[in-house]
Amino acid sequence: MARDVFEPGIVPGRLEPQNYVEGFSDLHPPLDEHEALVAADRCYFCHDAPCMTACPTDIDIPLFIRQIATGTPDAAAKTILSQNILGGMCARVCPTETLCEEVCVREVAEGKPVLIGQLQRYATDHLMAQGVHPFERAAPTGKRVAVVGAGPAGLSCAHRLAMLGHDVEIIDARPKPGGLNEYGIAAYKTPNGFAQAEVNWLMQIGGITFRHEIAVGRDVTLEELKADYDAVFLGMGLVGVNALGAEGEDKAGVANAVDFISELRQSSDLSGVPIGRDVVVIGGGMTAVDAAVQAKLLGALNVTLVYRRGRDRMNASVFEQDLAASKGVRIVTHAVPIAVHGNGAVREIEFEYVDEAMKGTGETLRLQADQVFKAIGQTLLGDGLPDLDGRKIKVDGTGRTSLEGVWAGGDCASGGDDLTVTAVAEGRDAAMDIHTTLMGAAG
Amino acid sequence: MADLRSDFIGIKSPNPFWLASAPPTDKEYNVRRAYEAGWGGVVWKTLGMEGPPVVNVNGPRYGAIWGADRRLLGLNNIELITDRPLEVNLREMKAVKRDYPDRALIASIMVPCEEEAWKAILPHVEETGADGIELNFGCPHGMAERGMGSAVGQVPEYIEMVTRWCKMYTRMPVIVKLTPNITNVLYPAEAAKRGGADAVSLINTINSITSVDLDLFAPEPMIDGKGTHGGYCGPAVKPIALNMVAEIARNPETHGLPISGIGGVTTWRDAAEFLALGAGNVQVCTAAMTYGFKVVQEMISGLSEYMDEKGMTSVDQLVGRAVPNVTDWNQLNLNYVAKAKIDQDLCISCGRCFAACEDTSHQAIAMSEDRTFTVIEEECVACNLCVNVCPVEDCISMEPLAAGATDLRTGKTVTPDYANWTTHPNNPSAKVVEVEPAE
Ligand SMILES: Cc1cc2nc3c(=O)[nH]c(=O)nc-3n(C[C@H](O)[C@H](O)[C@H](O)COP(=O)(O)OP(=O)(O)OC[C@H]3O[C@@H](n4cnc5c(N)ncnc54)[C@H](O)[C@@H]3O)c2cc1C
Ligand SMILES: Cc1cc2nc3c(=O)[nH]c(=O)nc-3n(C[C@H](O)[C@H](O)[C@H](O)COP(=O)(O)O)c2cc1C
Ligand code: SF4
Ligand code: SF4
Ligand code: SF4
Repeated sequence: MARDVFEPGIVPGRLEPQNYVEGFSDLHPPLDEHEALVAADRCYFCHDAPCMTACPTDIDIPLFIRQIATGTPDAAAKTILSQNILGGMCARVCPTETLCEEVCVREVAEGKPVLIGQLQRYATDHLMAQGVHPFERAAPTGKRVAVVGAGPAGLSCAHRLAMLGHDVEIIDARPKPGGLNEYGIAAYKTPNGFAQAEVNWLMQIGGITFRHEIAVGRDVTLEELKADYDAVFLGMGLVGVNALGAEGEDKAGVANAVDFISELRQSSDLSGVPIGRDVVVIGGGMTAVDAAVQAKLLGALNVTLVYRRGRDRMNASVFEQDLAASKGVRIVTHAVPIAVHGNGAVREIEFEYVDEAMKGTGETLRLQADQVFKAIGQTLLGDGLPDLDGRKIKVDGTGRTSLEGVWAGGDCASGGDDLTVTAVAEGRDAAMDIHTTLMGAAG
Repeated sequence: MADLRSDFIGIKSPNPFWLASAPPTDKEYNVRRAYEAGWGGVVWKTLGMEGPPVVNVNGPRYGAIWGADRRLLGLNNIELITDRPLEVNLREMKAVKRDYPDRALIASIMVPCEEEAWKAILPHVEETGADGIELNFGCPHGMAERGMGSAVGQVPEYIEMVTRWCKMYTRMPVIVKLTPNITNVLYPAEAAKRGGADAVSLINTINSITSVDLDLFAPEPMIDGKGTHGGYCGPAVKPIALNMVAEIARNPETHGLPISGIGGVTTWRDAAEFLALGAGNVQVCTAAMTYGFKVVQEMISGLSEYMDEKGMTSVDQLVGRAVPNVTDWNQLNLNYVAKAKIDQDLCISCGRCFAACEDTSHQAIAMSEDRTFTVIEEECVACNLCVNVCPVEDCISMEPLAAGATDLRTGKTVTPDYANWTTHPNNPSAKVVEVEPAE
């Protein structure tokens, strides 16, 4: 029997079992064949298509949609996967509303884009359901590459390198591969263990070994990796979390949103994940929205997302903001946290309103809270890394860092948005440059 | 609401929409409901000889092609004429006609090409009270193999002969239904006229294979691993039917011969087009088969709204209105010059026009960095392909150049005079325009 929703404190099992099933099911249920054909038919097969330009991995969207429309979804999947080996995950998590679908000529003309993301999912699911891997590994080159981080950047880099015949070792601090695909993305975007299924499918290329729970910096140094391998790719993401800088932020009940999400993603029974009655999430990005929405889906009575600037400045897209609102999340803007109140555990959190220039107005707001999630950005952690550009590893267009033989891509590297698809593109491009470099040196 | 009443060769119906002879008209139950739904007339499913009726296949008799969202664009069938006994059909026809005296009821007939066969059936049909008969010289599959249907319709002499027999043995008006599976529709139409036909109706279905099963390597529709060509109909055949109707309407030999237009009529607009090209009424099969009898209500409201807009008070005022404008290629004005023009406000920058023009022939559309598409007048031949591929209606238009303007492609000044190929200097057999020799 579910608990009373009014019960204060951080407790599990606030809802009936079926509420969890419904709440955390696929955000966009997959298209069936007929729906896919209808959706595919809306594509105009544009010349030099704007959608394709907007895709960070340059997937030939008109081509793959035409392949779906003509009844060859596996050919469509190959078109997608040859550019983006995590095309299945990207189909689920890409904020298409700010990428391909935003510039689709039908979005511009009618406000109704071709459902590119869902069509991509249809094609990739169709191929992956057969368990086949569409690519073959080239003859071994004898070169060995270390890939640090099994997130989208690392996986994409590793797959491309393995396909080109190199031997790849992926080293990750976590027990499971996938990076934020496994530990970060909202549960309703990638349900049913898709992240692991995709990694297993990707590994079928051969030539990749995964070494888990080894942290570079702790268990092995970058210097050692450089010495032991022909090349090193860093795809370690951003694992540090920014602090609020508010008084009392160490009180019980105040946690990192990414840790909450990670716990939720790893839980086999969502009714066992404890959640507060009055939850406050601080931040304006995807992590903040995901934490807020999932808190609500776990049965929190009141969830408030507080952001320091206006809605238009939020990193979460309008679609994400609307999703949050539709789940009952209240969004408060122009407020910065100044103090966490409570006796040992948080009871209330106090904000000051700020103007557009982020200047305090003197007006304050207190929100009742038994749980506070911080989602104000992640940071790069690590010593002995290549030169930084601001807060991230400095790279050129091909992912080269300041250290010879070391490439980087994904969230930890400069340039590009912090998105799964961008990480995939950067991992792939770095792999191509590593390949050219290694083979050039050999020949 | 415009007056849609129709008088086709003396046969009156409340509107010019008849159901063509086909499965929707194969039995009393259907025809009564068709009349109730509003159909002005019905051509009963083709009757055969007395005796054991034909049999149909027991597997798929239809094949199809589809457009977006599985909208059926073309249908193909291998059905034969009615497979119910003649007496049953005749009895039902009589009952229906008695209850719906204001609606047209036509009997479609196909019996062997022998005088006795036709002579025998006609009195029975007459006895039902039917308003007229339609001779099915069109069915292109099974019946043709037996020397009937299109096997007759492909031989003008037979058409003339059978038509003459019918005119001889019945007082009912005779409509001859033509097959499109011929090289020139004028020969059968002229033959029908010579035989004394009161009207022709066209088209019947077109020989076709809709698709091939790529696993079984057999054509569709397929019966136990084999297929045969069927008759094609539905929206896809409309252009072919329109042309054949127009050819008969403008041919001096057949001009004035009443025509019942058939083939792909799906909406009021299709019907209006047939009427404008000279059909006195239209018959509908596939649209009724695929959407049900109710489609006639849209045809009725649409046609009457159109006629009201045009100030037409009777269907006759529309019939044949477009016929004088159907001509031969060599009569087209070669001095007419147009250029494509893109409405930048409507353009959604898909680039389809660019791809089409670039890869087809003319390279007359320019694409800028920011995806603005513009017509290069120096290259545009006004072929209309960009208009045809543009997904936005009215986004690209063909703008005629005014007399006196310069055609940037040829550098010539546009003249207001009409000149066609027959007098064109590039035509080897052009009639030389007499020029007075200089003194
Ligand atoms: C909550 C949340 C939701 C998100 N939702 C979306 C979304 O819906 N759509 C979208 O496109 N993007 C989303 N993102 C962003 C997206 O997940 C990231 O941009 C993407 O995962 C970056 O990939 P990456 O490979 O660079 O890093 P990560 O996915 O972070 O992977 C880095 C990997 O490196 C490992 N690692 C780190 N340090 C070390 C070390 N020292 N030694 C060994 N291994 C190490 C980590 O364990 C991890 O496995 C979201 C991010 C978060 C946090
Ligand atoms: C299943 C089917 C059976 C048909 N049977 C006959 C028939 O018995 N007699 C006939 O004259 N025409 C027959 N036709 C042809 C139709 O009457 C009509 O001429 C043709 O389908 C074109 O019109 P449409 O495009 O509106 O369907 C048949 C058509 C179909 C689809
Ligand atoms: S922009 Fe839209 S319509 Fe054009 S190719 Fe891309 S998905 Fe298709
Ligand atoms: S009318 Fe023909 S030639 Fe002119 S721009 Fe269009 S496609 Fe090109
Ligand atoms: S086809 Fe039409 S909408 Fe597309 S670019 Fe050309 S003019 Fe614009």
